[in-house]
Amino acid sequence: MTSGEKKGTFGILVLGIVLGIALWGGFNWTLDLTNTEVFCISCHEMEATPYNELQETVHFTNRTGVRATCPDCHVPRPWIHKIIRKIQASNELYHHFVTGEIDTPEKFEERRLALAQSVWSAMKKTDSRECRNCHKFESMNLDKQQSRAVDAHEPYYWEAVDGKEPAYTCIDCHKGIAHSLPEGFDPAWNSPGGEG
Amino acid sequence: MKKIMVTLTTALTVMIFNSISMAGAVESLRGFQDLMATSQEPSKKEDLVVKGGIERSYKQQPPVVPHKVDKDEINLKVNTCLNCHSEKTFEAKKAPKIGDSHFVDREGKVLNTLSSRRYFCNQCHAPQVNADPLVENTFEGAK
Repeated sequence: MTSGEKKGTFGILVLGIVLGIALWGGFNWTLDLTNTEVFCISCHEMEATPYNELQETVHFTNRTGVRATCPDCHVPRPWIHKIIRKIQASNELYHHFVTGEIDTPEKFEERRLALAQSVWSAMKKTDSRECRNCHKFESMNLDKQQSRAVDAHEPYYWEAVDGKEPAYTCIDCHKGIAHSLPEGFDPAWNSPGGEG
Repeated sequence: MKKIMVTLTTALTVMIFNSISMAGAVESLRGFQDLMATSQEPSKKEDLVVKGGIERSYKQQPPVVPHKVDKDEINLKVNTCLNCHSEKTFEAKKAPKIGDSHFVDREGKVLNTLSSRRYFCNQCHAPQVNADPLVENTFEGAK
């Protein structure tokens, strides 16, 4: 290799590194921007109904001042699952810009049961992964819970602490905690193994 | 002279009555509160949580709610009380079932589900707080 060739190889290498950092960084930066509450509620569909309802719940204001925003519950944290979810979101863009499926509160109400059911089944499949980003059985102190909650959690608590796969998952009983339940909701759905 | 006497007596009587009514001024049960002043903030109280429920105080009293209800909603579309107290879920949730009288419509027909006229639970069933009564009360419930 002549010194000129060496210089050329080195130049390409440096250029590659700089470009790589810029593109990868830019990609992640953009991805993070789409993972903010401000971005989610920039669509009026989200702002008018789901975000409005969230503000009434304990996930918005509470004793300790911890708040869950849209992506905390609705975007997975592990990279690969996050990318898959982001690609799926292109379907939401399609409905927002082309079909306008839920562009009025009335249309949203009509579709609410189906929309809710699709989120419930996704959470059921992932063993309520997004809930568990904050709520882990291992870090729960059952002594501090109310007796009703202890009765409901205890059987699954020990399965989780022992490292076994619990038979049921958060969303089985905790439906409609951050947004209103849909019309036509059967109360039996909100119990272990409940359909819906 | 007679006219002057009558006028004086009337004036005196009015003054006496005035001073009596001033002494016994109307006062709210919550204590004296100047109309122009900002009202006193009542102390914050949490809903009572009583395991096993609270006994009825008299026959046919709608049982009071022995738990928090701040997260529950009752509206045209949903009634979250039914998540535990409905005929489908009370066993699994170990909650008291809605009373049988709540399954009867106004024609006296027995229904499979909750009658719509019994839908608004908190119209009769009230959550409780640990508050001192505003006035002394000697009522004793049925034992």
